[in-house]
Amino acid sequence: MKVLITEYLRIDLDSEKWECRRCSHEIGPARENYKRGLLVHDRDPREIHKPLLDTRLYERTYSPDPKWCRILEYYCPNCGTMFEAEYLPPGHPPLHDIELDIDALKAQWKDRQEITESPMGPDLALAKVKAGRALHAHAGHKHG
Amino acid sequence: MDDVKLSAEDKALLDQFLAEHRLFLGPDPEIMRNHTLTERSQMEQAAIAKNPDPHQIHHIRGLINAALSEGFQMVNQMGAAPGAKWGDLVTGVYTAQGDLAMIAPHGIIAFAACCFYPIRFIIKYWVDDPTVGVRDGDGFIHNDARYGGIHNTDQSMMLPLFYKGELVCWVSSTVHEGENGACEPGGLPAAAESKYDEGIKMSPFKVVENFQLKRDLVTFLQNSVRDPKLQLEDMKVKLHAAMRLRERMISIIEQFGKDAFVATLRMHLEDTETEMRRRIKELPDGTTRVLQFMDSSLRENVLQKISLAIHKKGDRLIMDFRGTAPQFMNRSVNTNIASFKAALCTGLLQNVWPDLPHTMAVLSPIEVITDRNTIIDAEGEMPQAMSLMPLFKACVCWTIPMNKLNYSVPHRYSAIIASQYDQAATFIYGGITQHGDATGNFCGDINGNGQGARSHADGEHSISPVFGFMCDSGEHEINEEDTPIIRLGAQRLAKDRIGFGKYRGGMGYEQIATARGSGMWGFMTGCEGSKFPSAQGLFGGYSCPSYQLMKIKGINIFEELDKNPKVVEEFDIVRLMNERPIPGGKYSSNDMGMTFELCNDGEIYMICQGSGGGYGDVLERDPELVMKDLREDLMSHDNAWDIYRVVYDRENLIVDVEATEKARAEERKARIQRGKPFEAFCKDWVTPEPPTDVPYLGSWDDNTETWASIPGMMRVKTPSDQIQGVFMPNPKDVRIAQLEAELEACRGGKG
Ligand SMILES: [Zn+2]
Repeated sequence: MKVLITEYLRIDLDSEKWECRRCSHEIGPARENYKRGLLVHDRDPREIHKPLLDTRLYERTYSPDPKWCRILEYYCPNCGTMFEAEYLPPGHPPLHDIELDIDALKAQWKDRQEITESPMGPDLALAKVKAGRALHAHAGHKHG
Repeated sequence: MDDVKLSAEDKALLDQFLAEHRLFLGPDPEIMRNHTLTERSQMEQAAIAKNPDPHQIHHIRGLINAALSEGFQMVNQMGAAPGAKWGDLVTGVYTAQGDLAMIAPHGIIAFAACCFYPIRFIIKYWVDDPTVGVRDGDGFIHNDARYGGIHNTDQSMMLPLFYKGELVCWVSSTVHEGENGACEPGGLPAAAESKYDEGIKMSPFKVVENFQLKRDLVTFLQNSVRDPKLQLEDMKVKLHAAMRLRERMISIIEQFGKDAFVATLRMHLEDTETEMRRRIKELPDGTTRVLQFMDSSLRENVLQKISLAIHKKGDRLIMDFRGTAPQFMNRSVNTNIASFKAALCTGLLQNVWPDLPHTMAVLSPIEVITDRNTIIDAEGEMPQAMSLMPLFKACVCWTIPMNKLNYSVPHRYSAIIASQYDQAATFIYGGITQHGDATGNFCGDINGNGQGARSHADGEHSISPVFGFMCDSGEHEINEEDTPIIRLGAQRLAKDRIGFGKYRGGMGYEQIATARGSGMWGFMTGCEGSKFPSAQGLFGGYSCPSYQLMKIKGINIFEELDKNPKVVEEFDIVRLMNERPIPGGKYSSNDMGMTFELCNDGEIYMICQGSGGGYGDVLERDPELVMKDLREDLMSHDNAWDIYRVVYDRENLIVDVEATEKARAEERKARIQRGKPFEAFCKDWVTPEPPTDVPYLGSWDDNTETWASIPGMMRVKTPSDQIQGVFMPNPKDVRIAQLEAELEACRGGKG
């Protein structure tokens, strides 16, 4: 039985391992931080959020300040898929972001059917926005 | 004194004496720190004991909803405040004990999720007070967030509803009014250095008797704000909406009986709480975490960490915010814990389970742990006027840890969405209008935050504010009629400012404003995220970029256009700043937090609404979606290659599928080449302490210890449960000291 945990991660309950959902690479023990089985790259944020203003004219150019913010990119060591882009101040310890109780997970999935594709939920937020907009259009505010 | 032992009787007497002789009925921690439902009252118990018919309850619920909706529309259409026009309001109904039962379907959740605090205050302190009392026909007003509320720009009108002499429920109407007499116009003073700079601070008090506004008190309030007409008009509007709501509730009670009505309100709350616990139980047991970094106090750049761990076990869900930055003693970006929880409630309903009823029962089963005296749990004299900063973070703090917790759940209640852009990206304004009136308020653009990318689609552009699905971004024609603000550019999507991903965040639009025809006019902006991006991506998606405030000062664009109608080819922020077409202008790019400053006729101020965070790995983005972004001029060609690695013909935008696959495979290989194993990486990367050259507030590697590090001023670490707060120097003094040092250096030490 395998349980989907994110877009790119799943846990094999039998082997108790994290796996890459793209290439099935075994990342590491499910009771440990999955990041330990990934590769990390410290990305200068200006490479992704490139300066839009002339850097000779301005200090602030729509790019993050690399002295304040770095992007840690986490890759699958086997297929190179990027699992996470973690924005941190320089030197800040990476976050242990997913820590699941594997025994509880096994018990929870004992009677559940395995799922291989993430179910799609209705887009309720968008539906609510559209309802709100219809309401405003209906209210008919005067136009200049 | 320690030796004195009081008998139980004496102790009770002493407690009673102290209770009766309190010199000031300030915000009551017993009320303000409790977000859970009260126990069933006798009236509720009796009503439920009669086994109300579930179909009838459902029917009554529908009727209450319709009445709330009608009240909402009354305020929406008649309200004078810009906030009222664009949906920044709510109507609500509360149980007799002050539990928020239901709100208007289109209303702002957070407002109502705050209003039960002042109602509980009124119940606790005014009902039995012979000098106040609560009677049929009374109405209470309130705006101070310390007694419950998001911030002091919002004003509420609360009416008790009596039926045959018995208090059966409360009804309310709340609007973001804007102007409130603070040290800066518009009600959101980033310059406030203490709570006494925040303008009028209404604790809950009676302003209506016999359904009539008391003119003496109304005059006092009008005399305290810059917009006395608005103050009067909207007090009337809110009162009449609440009265209409009251009439509708009474007719429901008359039709179905008091018990059925009371049972409906109570069961609605209890049923919602039960459903919440059921959904929590479905999640896997464990902990997920997120960090949010705010980068400005709106007076200076300072990194402030918000740390969140969501612990889930069985049907318990605990939000642990310990390790969050200490509060500012003299900056306005603090919030009290009650407001923060109201924003959490909003965020859950906005981002995770929008299908749940909009009531406080949603938050009731969730436990919230904080360190006292942090920016999210501020207490005392410090200002909270710009509490929006941490509150907006509370709205979106769910998206990452909750999606990591609920991705495995077999049933999906709503789509997975990355973080929405979470800044109040709008112009706040004030001064004398072209009609000669004093005013201060904010523009509806605050409601145009880009949506986070979804697991199945790009985010929607400039969709809504983080705090409400239903708010619209306003119409500039109306704004231009009422104020001297002229839009030189508006609602044009900010090209290349994108939260990249397999699906990209919805983008924000540019706002280019000037003023004309006023002798005195000015703007302020209250946003952070100019150094550290604010909207986070999900599952490998990138955040939005940083955003700045651009100015072109020392010119009058109207005179320039008179001289040469073609002086500006298009009002596009990037082109204006890089090409500098207006001669003699002083062009500057600044932090997006700006305290109030005067804008002379024709000077130009430019900001953007921001993009939501991206979803998933950029290399998985459908190349055709990349072409679509190019076709719609949302993105430059450079990014199609640099970010997405798509090979295509720049002329006809035809994708070379094979070459793209090859390029992407190569990039994946390059990633593996440049990536370091985690443990080895951490050895090089992790520092034992925060950087010394960046102002930093919050925990570092251990949530039980909190840093306050301001270069040149302080660098201390305290146990997180003993935080006091940080007092910042005046930025002008800091600047003067810098300049004096430079001057001294220039003079070769001959001061
Ligand atoms: Zn892989």
